[in-house]
Amino acid sequence: MSLKIENLSANIGDRQILKGLNLEVPKGQVHAIMGKNGSGKSTLAKVMAGHPDYEVTGGSVTLDGLNLFEMQEPDQRARAGLFVAFQYPMEIPGVTIANFIRAALQARLPEGEELDAVEYYEHLYKKMDSLKIDRKFTSRAVNEGFSGGEKKRCEVLQMAMLNPVYAVLDETDSGLDIDALRIVSDGVNAMRSPERGFLVITHYQRLLDYIVPDVVHVMVDGRIVMSGDKNLAHKLEAQGYDWVEKEILATA
Amino acid sequence: MTTLMEKPAAAPSAWPAWFQAEQSAALAEYEKLPVPVRKDESWRFANLKALDLSAFVDANPVASEGRLINASTGLKETAAKLILGNNALLHREAGLLPKGVILETLESAAANHTELFKKYFMAQPVELGSRKYAALHKARVAAGAFLYVPANTSVELPIELFQWVEGANASVFPHTLIVCGENSRVTVVDYFKSADQLPAFACGVNDLHLARGAKLTYISVQDWSRETTAFHLNSTIVDREATATALIANFGGAFIRGESLSRLVGEGSRSEMYSINPVEGTREIDQRTLQDHVAPNATSDLLYLNALDDKSRTIFAGLIKVQPGAKGTDAYQKVKNLILSDDADPNSMPGLEILNDEVRCSHGATNGPISADELFYMEARGIPADKARRLIVNGFFNSLLTHIENDPLRLHLEGLLAARLAIG
Repeated sequence: MSLKIENLSANIGDRQILKGLNLEVPKGQVHAIMGKNGSGKSTLAKVMAGHPDYEVTGGSVTLDGLNLFEMQEPDQRARAGLFVAFQYPMEIPGVTIANFIRAALQARLPEGEELDAVEYYEHLYKKMDSLKIDRKFTSRAVNEGFSGGEKKRCEVLQMAMLNPVYAVLDETDSGLDIDALRIVSDGVNAMRSPERGFLVITHYQRLLDYIVPDVVHVMVDGRIVMSGDKNLAHKLEAQGYDWVEKEILATA
Repeated sequence: MTTLMEKPAAAPSAWPAWFQAEQSAALAEYEKLPVPVRKDESWRFANLKALDLSAFVDANPVASEGRLINASTGLKETAAKLILGNNALLHREAGLLPKGVILETLESAAANHTELFKKYFMAQPVELGSRKYAALHKARVAAGAFLYVPANTSVELPIELFQWVEGANASVFPHTLIVCGENSRVTVVDYFKSADQLPAFACGVNDLHLARGAKLTYISVQDWSRETTAFHLNSTIVDREATATALIANFGGAFIRGESLSRLVGEGSRSEMYSINPVEGTREIDQRTLQDHVAPNATSDLLYLNALDDKSRTIFAGLIKVQPGAKGTDAYQKVKNLILSDDADPNSMPGLEILNDEVRCSHGATNGPISADELFYMEARGIPADKARRLIVNGFFNSLLTHIENDPLRLHLEGLLAARLAIG
């Protein structure tokens, strides 16, 4: 049981961004992807979520054997158990967080079945409390006027409520101060389970002090070029990415 | 069956004789005034086919009175309720009104409060194009709603008015006249509803008068059948330091012509003019507005939101007019069109006429589709595209409802909007 990415290639317009990417996250593990800006990390997250701007030109992504690309619409992939926490979450004017998450949960119920409103709010408040999100936020429009940290906490709140099987966190640490980073990491760590896999995309090693990964992958130019344990992240933090590129050239 | 123009000979009029004479004169004026044509400035882009009223007939008394009274439900708590159907009073509940507040039919008001009636009834000239239809309204108005709130009186809970039409091609002439005394406070929700899905004709007038320091919130929930042709001619006169908040929600109708004039006649007065218009199919909403700044240091804030699907049409023509004496005017006018279909046809004509230099005015119109990024974000949470679109449209309108300060009222309107947009 795993999130398995095989030989994945994808373009935006005429430009190829992902160039035969391979990666497997077994259920129960946390994997991290590190890489320089422009290496294709965010593209990977968006391609998996089904963003219409990207064209998949080859390869596959499977969730526990389920072919993601047989599901055309992003909502089908989400309901199949994939969650992507975005680097830049959208603002949705006039749609409250409570109604937004409620609609997302309602969409996961069989037709004709109604979400229990009382239970829903109890559950929502509990998750908000644990993420230290003021309950007043339920009646605020999704991400509208939120600070960077509030947006990221709102992403983690959605993840906690939607209970995905595989979660991809794209630069969830960007824009967070240390306190917010700790809250967000605690939220993610609380969800670590043998029944769930995480793929944490980050630019900095800092996040991985809080969310300690089982495996660290290095992404260069649309491919995973190196994998290792958490010490690889420390090495990247200390020495940068140049040595990785040299090593690839040497073995090429 | 009689046509729209002939009053049934047998029907007794409840109006005083002097008003019946004015009605005869109004009918003559209606017949004399020409049907508008495209080259009339106030009918640019208009669908003139909708002005063929030949199919409409005089309304019979309602057949399902009990059903309509039972269906006249809105807010949980109200101070009073007036229910009218096919130009007649069906029901009145006014137990919780403070002393001195008058809520009755216009016909009664003409007889019992003649001075008030004569001072305020259709006292404003019709300037936005529909003089002919205002004359028709006056000629045929019956029953109608009259609300008077005396000075220094607050009506805490909202008052609700229900104005029904029933029957094929029935014609109704709803009228709401609200007079707010100095420093009075009141909130009114005015529902326009059809008893059936049949074609009908409504030709209504709403006049709101606010004396010094008064505060009025007026909500019009227009929910006529999708086959109805309707005119709604609104005027709001705001005196010194008074604040009028008027929200017009157009949920129904095949063709709606709305004309809204706000005249700021007192220093420091404020008029908020809001409208939410979800339109689809071949429905058409034609709105003309005037923010007339007569007095200095007054504020007007107009925000009209249209969401157009299918082959629907909207027309917005708005004018901010700043009279020479209106220094310190702060006027804002904006129409936003959310375009949901390539075949939709939004027409926006915002305008300014400024005769004083010391003013702050801004106006604008925007057209745009649903943001692909917002849609993707919602889909990425598992919400199907169709539902996500409806939620985004709902959110587009909801952001205007935040201007309604009264919490139970705002929640009620959010509920009506969600039901209208079929948000489960």
